[in-house]
Amino acid sequence: MPCCGPRSSLCCLIISVWGIIMLSILGGLLYIDSIAFIEDLGIEDTETNPNATYENIKDHFEYAAYNCWIACGLYLVTFFISLQQFYSNKRAISS
Amino acid sequence: MGTLFRSEQMTLCQLFLQSEAAYTCVSELGELGLAMFRDLNPDVNAFQRKFVNEVRRCDEMERKLRFLEKEIKRDKIPMLDVGDNPEAPQPREMIDLEATFEKLENELKEVNTNAEALKKTYLELTELKHILKKTQTFFDEMQESGMGDDSTHLLGDEGLRAGGQAPMKLGFVAGVILRERLNSFERMLWRVCRGNVFLRQAEIETPLEDPTTGDNVYKSVFIIFFQGEQLKTRVKKICEGFQATLYPCPETPADRREMIGGVVSRIEDLNTVLSQTTEHRHRVLVAAAKNIKNWFVKVRKIKAIYHTLNMFNLDVTQKCLIAECWCALEDLDRIHNALRRGTERSGSSVPSILNRMETKETPPTFNRTNKFTRGFQNIINAYGVGTYREVNPAPYTIITFPFLFAVMFGDAGHGLLMTLFALWMVLKEKGIIAQKSKNEIFNTFFNGRYIILLMGLFSIYTGLIYNDIFSKSINIFGSGWRVNKIGPYEKDITLDPVHNYTGPYPFGVDPVWQISENKIVFLNSYKMKLSVILGVGQMLFGVILSLWNHRYFKNYLNIFCEFIPQIIFLLCLFGYMDILIIAKWIKYSGADSGCAPSILTAVINLCMFSFTKIENCPDFYVGQEYVQKALMIIVIVCIPWMLCLKPYILVRQEGKKKFLIRATQENNSNQKDEHSGDQVNDVAVTIDGGHSMGGGHGEHGEEFDPMNTCIHQAIETIEYCLGSISHTASYLRLWALSLAHAELSEVLWSMVMKIGLQKRGVWFTGGIIMYFIFAFWAVLTVGILLIMEGLSAFLHALRLHWVEFQSKFYKGAGYIFQPFSFEIILDEASAEES
Repeated sequence: MPCCGPRSSLCCLIISVWGIIMLSILGGLLYIDSIAFIEDLGIEDTETNPNATYENIKDHFEYAAYNCWIACGLYLVTFFISLQQFYSNKRAISS
Repeated sequence: MGTLFRSEQMTLCQLFLQSEAAYTCVSELGELGLAMFRDLNPDVNAFQRKFVNEVRRCDEMERKLRFLEKEIKRDKIPMLDVGDNPEAPQPREMIDLEATFEKLENELKEVNTNAEALKKTYLELTELKHILKKTQTFFDEMQESGMGDDSTHLLGDEGLRAGGQAPMKLGFVAGVILRERLNSFERMLWRVCRGNVFLRQAEIETPLEDPTTGDNVYKSVFIIFFQGEQLKTRVKKICEGFQATLYPCPETPADRREMIGGVVSRIEDLNTVLSQTTEHRHRVLVAAAKNIKNWFVKVRKIKAIYHTLNMFNLDVTQKCLIAECWCALEDLDRIHNALRRGTERSGSSVPSILNRMETKETPPTFNRTNKFTRGFQNIINAYGVGTYREVNPAPYTIITFPFLFAVMFGDAGHGLLMTLFALWMVLKEKGIIAQKSKNEIFNTFFNGRYIILLMGLFSIYTGLIYNDIFSKSINIFGSGWRVNKIGPYEKDITLDPVHNYTGPYPFGVDPVWQISENKIVFLNSYKMKLSVILGVGQMLFGVILSLWNHRYFKNYLNIFCEFIPQIIFLLCLFGYMDILIIAKWIKYSGADSGCAPSILTAVINLCMFSFTKIENCPDFYVGQEYVQKALMIIVIVCIPWMLCLKPYILVRQEGKKKFLIRATQENNSNQKDEHSGDQVNDVAVTIDGGHSMGGGHGEHGEEFDPMNTCIHQAIETIEYCLGSISHTASYLRLWALSLAHAELSEVLWSMVMKIGLQKRGVWFTGGIIMYFIFAFWAVLTVGILLIMEGLSAFLHALRLHWVEFQSKFYKGAGYIFQPFSFEIILDEASAEES
């Protein structure tokens, strides 16, 4: 049963495809501690011990990577829902 | 030279068509679409032309078809559009078509009038039925309260006695009125009759169909009781005024019952008749819907052919039609073939003749395009259709336009999205064309799909050079900068190019700049210089293209008096600046960067004839001061060269020509004196003289005016000299827009995407926040960065081509070749419909 229109389901479909691809790559990059994202992680500079600082940074990176992968999983769900919606809309139009 | 570089070589042709073969020949040419007919009788108004009758008949047929189409659309019958392209029918078939349309139209009109009359009766009957049913309840109420009984009076016997009147007889009228009018109707009744009438109303729940408009309307039944004739006339007048329909309503219950029975049976009869009528109408329309597109094409083709025939001249003998048309030299064979086919089809034995004509008129500009080059040619034509056989900027635009766009739109991520969108349009091309989308914005994008594709691909390239992918850099080859110090954690480290720099990054900008604080300062200097180099390069290319124009038009004076000083001017000022920029990049390293000269100061000094030396530093190169002064002197010399030389030479040439003409005239008069007796020879000589003079003027076009030439040259010189300075500055928009784009995408990332990457309390909240943040970021990326920024970069790239590039060589003073082609005519007609 279509519960959102053909346009909105197409829009969700495109965003979820983009989300799945981009967030999985982003998660991977964060997981291997890509330096480009260091300013985005909100790391507070409280530790004085270099080792503790290093651990703190690693922790933040890992956490951000999981964020991305969880969102990626949610987009996978969105993808299938919107795909189903898209096809049921198509069938509703053609019939 | 290929046709893409210049417009096609055109020729004016004269056609002699036998009257009986003219129709088929023009029809063949219309299918071919390669000839542009000239109107040979522009002074004759539309009503006095030869085939005005046929055109009128076609108009009439078209009107009938449109009527049919409207009816088909009203019944929501799908029209079959198989996209077939029937040939233009023979003139004799026109009569058949006319008869068919006439029959269809009459049939339909008859059916419509019948249906309308039937519907009107139906409406009246249903209203009557409702009245009878509803009023029944009023009368029943009356019965219960005893009011309907004539024998009992309101006041009983007392009243009779007191008033001494005869028993009152209440009259009534019943009718139907539009529901929204009811309120005002009631108020009006009350006021006019001073409250002496009694109105009861009941709503008809089911909507009734208005027979004329076909709309559903809601109505109410009313019944008005009153006393006396005077009130009756008043009430009737008011009813008339409110367009209420009154129906006769019998007074006794038995009559009413009988009437209702009659009405119901008549309604049933009417229903069967009505359904048969609509079925018949439907059948007619379905049959018409199958052919209607085909008919439209046929009628439009016939009409177009007669329109074209109207432009032809009649031969004195009335046996053949004479036409003139422009066509490309290359297409002559195909046109010959089409004419032969047309003559064969018409069965005429005399072949049609095609003659090439010599003319002094400028031919139309015709650039042959395919689906890839069309978009680019349209960009050029939007500025101005090229002068005949002028250098066409389109082939260069195919590369420079997407490239300059990409310089401003440099982000590999955004470029990738754009490429994917364009790729989808390119790959699904046929399906999208078949769909015939009515969305104007989408159609604009679709027509420019190949431009967008190239813009996307170039943006990916420049994005990789700028090392920007959604404002993030990637480090593939390993940054050239090293942090040698390993010690306690510090927030900021300053890297010294002498000690920490190992070598340039192999491709594009070093990724280390993304996390540096002076990224913008570094990129500004780089992008500014880059845009000046690109700009000067493009302008130089434009000036060089003007050489091809001068050579083609054999305008050698312009080469020496315009092209050479122009190119020297540009090279000495801005070419020198470009060399300085590149030399500075090569010569100075981190160690002696203190001695690097400022380019801007160097150029200002160049113009001011001054020279500033940096303390304790060697010169940029030996003899810089003298070279710069020499360059400036050359630049200054170029200005009077451009300004004065050409008008001077032209004035001298004109003087010589006048002298020669005077000399020949004197010669002629001398001859006249010698042969004063010979009358015939005398006349011949004067005619000859007149001819040679006329010919000489014809080549020049108009009278030579030295003042005009001087002013024209002065304007051109000033425009070029000031232009090349302001245009160079104008290319800085490449830097400005690229900076704006990079900053905007960085801000979007750090303001939006950053929220999703933060650490939160519970492990899954971050993921859910990321889910929504990403959608938000994606929408903003498409809306702001791709569409808005893309449009602005497109606009600026357009301006750089139209103004900065094309002003160097492109006149754009031609007129476009519009061939007589059925394809174009049918497309226009279908575009008008929607």
